[in-house]
Amino acid sequence: MTATDIDATDTGITDTDTTMLQVSGVEVRFGDQPVLHDIDLRVKAGTTTAIVGPSGSGKTSLLRVIAGFLAPEHGEVRLHGADVTEVPAHRRSIGLVAQDGALFPHLDVAGNIAFGLPRGTPRRERRRRVAELLELVSLTGDHASRRPDQLSGGQRQRVALARALARQPEMILLDEPFSALDAGLRESTRQAIREILRITGTTTILVTHDQDEALSFADQVAVLKDGRLRQIGAPEEVYTRPCDVETAQFLGDAVLLPGQLTSQLPEPLSGQAGAVWDSSTPLGSVNVELVCPNLAIAHRTASGSTGQVMLRPEQITLSEEGVAGTVLSSQYFGHDTTALVQLEGVESPLRLRQLNAVPLTPGTQVHLAVQGAGVFYPAFTECHACSARPARVSIERRGATLMPSFL
Amino acid sequence: MAVPLWLRAAAVLATLVALLPLFYLVIRLAQFPLPDFLDTVFSARSARLAYTSLTLTFTVTVLCLVLGVGLAFLVTRTQLPGRLILGVAAALPLAVPSYVAAFGWQSMNALINPGTSFEGFLAAAIVITSVTYPYIYLPVVAALVSVDPAQEEAARALGRGPIDTFFSVTVRQAAPAITAGTLLCAIYVIADFGAVSILRVDTFTRAVFTSFSMGFDRLGGVALSSILLVFTLCLLILEGRVRRTGTRYSTMSGEGRARPARFQIGRWTLPILALAWTPVLVALMVPLSALLVWSLRGVSRPGSLAEIGSALLNSLWAAGLAALATTAIAIPLALWLARRPSKLARLLERTAYLAHSLPGVVIGLSVVMLGIAVLPALYQTMWMLTLAYCALMLPLALGPVLASALSAPPELEEAAQSLGSSPGVGYLRVTLPLMLPGILSGALLVLLTTIKELPATLMLRPTGFDTLATRLWTYTGGESYAAAAPFAALLVLVAAVPAWMMISRLLKEVR
Repeated sequence: MTATDIDATDTGITDTDTTMLQVSGVEVRFGDQPVLHDIDLRVKAGTTTAIVGPSGSGKTSLLRVIAGFLAPEHGEVRLHGADVTEVPAHRRSIGLVAQDGALFPHLDVAGNIAFGLPRGTPRRERRRRVAELLELVSLTGDHASRRPDQLSGGQRQRVALARALARQPEMILLDEPFSALDAGLRESTRQAIREILRITGTTTILVTHDQDEALSFADQVAVLKDGRLRQIGAPEEVYTRPCDVETAQFLGDAVLLPGQLTSQLPEPLSGQAGAVWDSSTPLGSVNVELVCPNLAIAHRTASGSTGQVMLRPEQITLSEEGVAGTVLSSQYFGHDTTALVQLEGVESPLRLRQLNAVPLTPGTQVHLAVQGAGVFYPAFTECHACSARPARVSIERRGATLMPSFL
Repeated sequence: MAVPLWLRAAAVLATLVALLPLFYLVIRLAQFPLPDFLDTVFSARSARLAYTSLTLTFTVTVLCLVLGVGLAFLVTRTQLPGRLILGVAAALPLAVPSYVAAFGWQSMNALINPGTSFEGFLAAAIVITSVTYPYIYLPVVAALVSVDPAQEEAARALGRGPIDTFFSVTVRQAAPAITAGTLLCAIYVIADFGAVSILRVDTFTRAVFTSFSMGFDRLGGVALSSILLVFTLCLLILEGRVRRTGTRYSTMSGEGRARPARFQIGRWTLPILALAWTPVLVALMVPLSALLVWSLRGVSRPGSLAEIGSALLNSLWAAGLAALATTAIAIPLALWLARRPSKLARLLERTAYLAHSLPGVVIGLSVVMLGIAVLPALYQTMWMLTLAYCALMLPLALGPVLASALSAPPELEEAAQSLGSSPGVGYLRVTLPLMLPGILSGALLVLLTTIKELPATLMLRPTGFDTLATRLWTYTGGESYAAAAPFAALLVLVAAVPAWMMISRLLKEVR
């Protein structure tokens, strides 16, 4: 789904049977500082949505608007079709799991889990629910009497989830719930929690700055940047067809090549809606899609239009023939290998990633081929929705991409 | 997260009630005919009082500065043998209320030189200095300990000698603490009532009390109170300004940093030891040994134990009420201040500090006038006494309660709300239990400080209601030292608890 489809939600296509949450036209500012701008988001019942964005993009603010801790200046939040914009947090039936779990330090695990149960719940029922939930999050009965500070980070997050689930909320919001955990624990806790949410069929929104987490956790990924939702779609959709260069670079390693459209292909590729063109790049002829939603762009795009072609490093493979280049350096990660290859006539070297490969010796001549289609970003700048700004790759992002993002 | 309206309303209402005495004083001031007011303020008597008050404040403050900074330096920056013991002993006079010290010195004089009297300006200066210098000593110790040694090392590496470094770097960094402590010390001296009254020095506070006890010159008392109000306000504003600029220096803290360099003393050890221990021992031993000797005589009087017991119960009853009321008032204000304080909340907090810094006689007089003119039904009941205590003690409860509210993370309140608790229920089930230690220590601090309170208790107690402090006062006035001593001893025991809390915190830092 691209931004054009997001606009379609404004036209009243709201399927109340399956739509759990509908956020429309939400604006938030802190003083003069705009924090969220014109946010539209639809979440279907029983699905998992990841809101992903760099720090300061407004994702936590959006989460707080949905939870009811932050009142938007404009726009509305609908839960099951009912407008809850004015409803205080405690009457929304939306569970929240905070970054460090926010367990009550003066209560034990059982007390924390039972906190949200209705006042009059009989003691036996209370105990039964706590045991049930402990089992659900794979903790044993003797955890019930522990204090939060006697739990490990992963256990704390499970208890926080159990506590949120105890009330059987309409949906659950996870606010960077894994970022306080170390790498090994993060992965296993993430899988465990995803499994629990799947079993219980809980509608979930996950807020994260970690693109791997967003892509692997969610059915739907919403990319937030500078307070605007840039793109909403299935993980493979936003990863392979990011709507602008910044989004492409945020979601993973991106290889950007200068390109020129040559001819439009008659059929869309494999059932995709976007127009498909052939383009000439330093890597030869590459099929590209135009994902930009702006009609003006589509009109102005024609044979000969220049711009950038985005490919993922794993789309570039070594082959017997094709464009030749020189290996500058190569890094071996065990499960995969990356290499920087300098092409004739291209300013910056290309990054490519190969599975199950041995490292390449610097100085080796290689031939490169392209798998699948790339994405074309026209060079003209009138387009608002998809600003093809010069590439800026932060150090932080580079660090993150050392993890294989496509496995 | 936003503070609910009802909580803000509760905080404003409760704080306004607690500060009623301060506001009423201002109202009475405004009703004063201006010519009469000016006549009283600019009379020869006022000038005499001002001269005595200010010279006493100045003398005591300078003496305290020398003692406080000198001892703090010896304890933190030299290799003086037994510096930790000195460090604790130097802070102990904090546990002696000023009027107990005055009583101790006077009764000691009666033991040694029977027939002579120990009173007047010099006596007051010595006695008040002996119990007030810890107010400079303690913050300066804390400041000297927290000065980043890396900066001293940098100065040494740039070619400055150790003594040069101490004055050009270390003292500069401790300067805000020294200044703030000095101003605090001056506020205490100006507000002191018990010691100057027992030692018969005519200061503003004594004159305000006289105008009350004589019963005919309440307006004169109001005029004098206004002068005290202005003095205190000036000192408070100065202190606030120093503290704000001071925070810049003390932010350089880190873990695992080097210990500060300590000066070798060598052959000066013995003279310095004598110089340091003499004032400390005198400040402690004179009043305490006098208390001990006279107490042994006092408890052997017939009926004394019953009298002591009933005074103790009364003290606990009055102070317990004060602790309960003051803490209850502090809780909503603390929650507000801990979350999203508005300007109004900050203003209430500052006003509370002003009322706390004012002499007890000023608040006492205001409540007396309030009782006579507005609430005659409550005059000379525990209600009015508790009101005065609340006005005087609110910041004592506010400090620990606010600290605990700040340490209870607002995320937990949000978690409670996301689990279906309304904001009020969330406070009740999550925030208040987490604040409990702070609430208890705030209440304890108010309880112990209220037991020591003298002037407001004297002015507002119900007829026939005697506490430890008022008994001590009455007996000292009649020079019945043996009868007074057990009350003084109990008061020292009570005051030792909060003093020890401060000292043990300090010990952790010095070690």
